[in-house]
Amino acid sequence: MLEVRNLSKSFGGLKAVTDASLDVQEGSIVGLLGPNGAGKTTCFTMIAGFTKADEGSVRFKGQDITGLPPHRICALGMIRTFQIVQPFAGLTVQENIAVGAYLHHHNRNEAMSVARDVGKRLGMGAMLDRPASSLTIAGRKRLELARALATGSKLLLLDEVMAGLIPSEITEIVGIIRQIRDEGHTFLMIEHVMQAVMSLAETAYVLNQGKMIAHGPPRELVRDPSVVEAYLGHGAAARLQEENHA
Amino acid sequence: MKSQSIGQLALAAAAVAYLIGVYFASSPVWMGFTINALIIAVVAMSWNITGGFGGLSSFGHAALYGTGAYASAILQVKYGVNAWVGFAAGILAGAAMGAFIGALAFRYGLRGSYFALVTLAFAEVLRICASSFEFTGGGSGLQLKLAPGLANLQFADRTVVYTALLVVVAVVMILTALIKYSRFGAYLIAVRENEDAARALGIDTYRIKVQAMAISGAFGGLAGVLYLQLWLFIDSTVVYGSAISVEALIGPIIGGAGTVWGPLLGTLGLHLLGEGAKHLLPNAPGLNFVLYAVVLICALRFLPQGLVGLAGKFGAFTKKKEAEDA
Repeated sequence: MLEVRNLSKSFGGLKAVTDASLDVQEGSIVGLLGPNGAGKTTCFTMIAGFTKADEGSVRFKGQDITGLPPHRICALGMIRTFQIVQPFAGLTVQENIAVGAYLHHHNRNEAMSVARDVGKRLGMGAMLDRPASSLTIAGRKRLELARALATGSKLLLLDEVMAGLIPSEITEIVGIIRQIRDEGHTFLMIEHVMQAVMSLAETAYVLNQGKMIAHGPPRELVRDPSVVEAYLGHGAAARLQEENHA
Repeated sequence: MKSQSIGQLALAAAAVAYLIGVYFASSPVWMGFTINALIIAVVAMSWNITGGFGGLSSFGHAALYGTGAYASAILQVKYGVNAWVGFAAGILAGAAMGAFIGALAFRYGLRGSYFALVTLAFAEVLRICASSFEFTGGGSGLQLKLAPGLANLQFADRTVVYTALLVVVAVVMILTALIKYSRFGAYLIAVRENEDAARALGIDTYRIKVQAMAISGAFGGLAGVLYLQLWLFIDSTVVYGSAISVEALIGPIIGGAGTVWGPLLGTLGLHLLGEGAKHLLPNAPGLNFVLYAVVLICALRFLPQGLVGLAGKFGAFTKKKEAEDA
């Protein structure tokens, strides 16, 4: 569904992303892992059209979308969410979701009723009339998801939707993501919460210092020495092995 | 974006009562004064589209107002075009000027105070141009021929002028309400609240902002044409002067930016206050401007949502239907 080939991006002298490639199959949940500053969000912004890639290409549903502006990409059915949640603070929850729904429903009543349905599906039925600014962090993360879903997009790029949530909230949102996937959506998610990645993602990519260093099922990745070293530092894998043997 | 409350209905009812009461006022001064206030209210509604709904605070709405007035005046004076055609042309010229300023400013991603400064610069440049070129009448301005009659859009009878203005104000308010509750309105508000999130949700924010400027320009141009048809004379200071730009934003901010009634309520309230001050202290010319400033500062500090927002706190209706659904 999504084919990313050799994306590169430099900011001044800093190479944020070098030659990053990844594939997302329709109906799957794919993780994008990596330590802080690895270039995950930069990757997302390039895929979703928010920043222009220096090199490389992005194909979505077989169509070349490299360099298209975000609104065109969204209209084609791919949408990103933000790591730092971006609600329309002055609007109610339902109006927030309706902004997404307007993409394919030009009539206000239709958009509002789609927004209501989506909100209820994500367990926000009781909050629909509350101002978005009154939501907790967990509520705002859910709102990001609801708004993205309301656009009718099939591929959702989630940027750390679990960050800052307590375990019970994570369990809930994991359930929601699985339910949305089963309704025919595809996910590419940046995530630090390993519990979530392990239980959700079929495959994951690991980015370190702008380069893809590993790719495979998450359970194998956590045993991959290069991945362990990316997170814990050079030589960490060897030390861990020694400790395990001892 | 709360639902209507009793307080807001009362406020709107008070404004309507005043506007109807003007018909029965003993002194013609009231009507003349209210006519001026209504023209300014239309400029305020123009500002409200971009500044209120879109969060694009312009400091140069005189550019739109003046362009509408000059376009119609030039066509009528220099080319002998009918006043109705001039009327339409003024609205179109305002819209075109709005779209032009918007297209340039937003192309380079100007926001906030930078956008405000650029709009101010546009208004000033236009003012200087209008006072320099011959086809705009230069420093002496342009004067329409006095020819009362419906065909020339000139009315000798004040009551007729007043009624026509009320109709125009009502139409602009209905259009504002339609915009507010449309897809375009929702997108414009989304742009105001969070432009990045709006882009992610599939909104072409550049296009929305330029369209908003065009609509605002049409309303601003309309107000300029109304002024021209009422006074039959314009010059660069009167229609391109910064006083118009200030009045355009002060009314909506005090009344309630991004609401349908705010610009009208704010403008009427301010003008009544200024007029009252003039009568109470006749020997202090300019006192009304001091009062405006004080009221503006207080409104910014204590009434972030203006009079409409304040009134909304009194007797809010609960949305029963939705509560049952949830």
